[in-house]
Amino acid sequence: MSAAPVSILTDPIARPSRGKVGMASLILMESCFFATFVVAYLFYIGKSATGPQPKDVLDLGPVIVNSIALFSSSYTAIRSFRSLATGAIRAFQGWLLLTILLGGYFIVGTGMEWYGLITKHGLTITTNLFGTTFYSLVGFHAFHVIVGLVCLTGILLLSLRGHVKKSDAGRVELVGWYWHFVDAVWVVVFTVVYLVGRDGGTLTP
Amino acid sequence: MTTLPATTDRMDERRPWTAIVHEWATTVDHKKLGIMYVVTGIIFLVVAGLEGSAMRAQLTFAENKLISPEVFNQLFTMHGTTMVFLVGMPVLLGMANFLVPLQIGARDMAFPRLNAFGFWLFLLGSILLYFSYLGAPGLDGAAAAPDVGWFAYAPLTERPFSRGNSTDYWILGIMVGGFGSMTTAINLLATTLSMRCPGMTLMRMPLLTWMMLVVAILILTVMPVLTAAQVMLLFDRSLGAHFFDTQNGGDAVFWQHLFWFFGHPEVYILILPGFGFISEVIPVFSRKVIFGYPLMVAATVAIMFISLGVWAHHMFVVGLGPFLNSLFAATTFLVSIPTGIKVFNWLATLWGGHIRFTASMMFALGFLAMFVLGGLTGIMLAVVPFDWQLSDSYFVVGHFHYVLIGGLLNAIFAGLFFWFPKATGRLLSETMGKWSFWLLQIGFTLTFGPMHISGILGMPRRIAYYEADRGWEIWNQVSSIGVIFQILAVGLFAWNVIVSLRSGRRAGNDPWDAWTLEWATTSPPPEHNFDTIPVVGSRRPLWDSKHPDDPDSSYGA
Repeated sequence: MSAAPVSILTDPIARPSRGKVGMASLILMESCFFATFVVAYLFYIGKSATGPQPKDVLDLGPVIVNSIALFSSSYTAIRSFRSLATGAIRAFQGWLLLTILLGGYFIVGTGMEWYGLITKHGLTITTNLFGTTFYSLVGFHAFHVIVGLVCLTGILLLSLRGHVKKSDAGRVELVGWYWHFVDAVWVVVFTVVYLVGRDGGTLTP
Repeated sequence: MTTLPATTDRMDERRPWTAIVHEWATTVDHKKLGIMYVVTGIIFLVVAGLEGSAMRAQLTFAENKLISPEVFNQLFTMHGTTMVFLVGMPVLLGMANFLVPLQIGARDMAFPRLNAFGFWLFLLGSILLYFSYLGAPGLDGAAAAPDVGWFAYAPLTERPFSRGNSTDYWILGIMVGGFGSMTTAINLLATTLSMRCPGMTLMRMPLLTWMMLVVAILILTVMPVLTAAQVMLLFDRSLGAHFFDTQNGGDAVFWQHLFWFFGHPEVYILILPGFGFISEVIPVFSRKVIFGYPLMVAATVAIMFISLGVWAHHMFVVGLGPFLNSLFAATTFLVSIPTGIKVFNWLATLWGGHIRFTASMMFALGFLAMFVLGGLTGIMLAVVPFDWQLSDSYFVVGHFHYVLIGGLLNAIFAGLFFWFPKATGRLLSETMGKWSFWLLQIGFTLTFGPMHISGILGMPRRIAYYEADRGWEIWNQVSSIGVIFQILAVGLFAWNVIVSLRSGRRAGNDPWDAWTLEWATTSPPPEHNFDTIPVVGSRRPLWDSKHPDDPDSSYGA
């Protein structure tokens, strides 16, 4: 029975890295969390008892620019992590900085949109069902973008102090997975809030 | 081919108590965390059991005035919430924590520090829930503890109907504990997929590990939905949002959908680990391999998927309409197919086996009988017109206690008697174990059997008071007498644990002549589990090493 020549190194069983499985599990969990708020948003479209309604106050122009910034940041993130994998540390840092700036632009843009909604239109989380579902869904997404930005900034700072090496590419890429996930959530949120929900708010006066 | 490590016994090391406390408080070892989960869970089992006993004391006599209706509401809320979130979850996740790395030949979980974080989050959540007794009063007429039922239906949990802070403690306690469960689920997934020892393919994993893998996926799918719903409720209560506010267009049934989308799969999160214990105990004490291993795996995965589509059978009386009611009745019937497969596989494993009636095996057989009874009343309740008659009656209370006490508690005791020697190095007393078994079965049948009858006679659940002319008194009195037997059973088990820890028989590495990897190391296992990483060639690596002339691996299993 003994003397098996199999060792951990030559074992033929496929085992994904624990980091990948862990991050994929986290993304599964977060998806279900967001799905619940998306369902709530869809369920309550057009059911606000009072105004303002989405189509009165949601301005598509700035949001599209915001979205382009966020979607582009996924591309720059990919470029950044590929550079790290090939050992090009300077390019990695440059693309990473650009990613952080694009993500930061998105957050500032969201902040300005909210500022306008609150001061100009008087829409807060207590105003009506639209305000309730809008600020919860968009707010939780923005919160996740901020968490991603904190992680990316942390990596950039560590890298500027010389702590991020080519051999860390696998681990850094996992943060990239999270960043792409946050982007993908925005695809859904944008579609639901600004495309589907914007014209659906006229059932009640 | 199978290679198992040599072992060194470390049972007799002695250290000062401060060192021991420091070690347990700072540990990231999956075995110590697992034991801490189970011990915390059993402490809360006693707390929730006393809450249940207090309710039985009130209901023993018609028109009894022992406990006020307000306190009674708090009792059934805390009893249900505690049993599900503070007893079921920690005991099962704790046993998963202890057993899964050992069963797959790993040295620890994939993320040991995250594991410790999860335990302390769970403990914080439990303390938050019970802190409500101290922290929630203050507003005139507000409840001192959550009194909204364990499923906390909105809009009755909204600020105008549930004043004070007790509902906020309910939300936060469960939410924080839920984060702990979710980190543990991430850890279990990463451990089973990434940390298996050489030769341990997915289809060679012990069934308990398989079920825990499925449970982890289920936790990650439904627990965030509860968290999201609780966030909405918290926003409503604290920020003035309107998710469940019917005055401003909010929906009165929306919470029920969200809660039961979590709540029904939660039942499978609780029972699947029980299935796992039974699937390990029955083969060992029947001296046979488990019958239909691949079908057991397939049935587990099928239960996971079906459980995500049955939630509205808790809402038949809401008025969803004939189409949705029929749909959810049909999906509910579907559950009985994979569950039936499992029951028949366990029976087929017993069939023709050389059965050893240890305490662990007796609890496993008790599980089989009681779980099937609870399952049958479940199928009755899935019939919509029947449910219309008996929804929210004591029949339902009887049904789910048969599944969760007769089923799950029996399975947990089977598991505790089976693995206690592995965790502590000493065997529990078999004699006391068998006494516990019979006391529990008698007490349990006396308590929960008559509830079906009082339910059919029309007794609603959650009432603190009933008139004498209803004909319910005798059945309630039988129920209450059963509680005495259950207390004796659990008390005897606690005594058994204390006595056996001091002077129980030494277990050795493998007291049951079992086959999975946890029995290949010492009892208790060293911090690193295995001195050398084992290599397995079949589903029963210890059988292979004990019977080199006829190993399973030569049959390709």
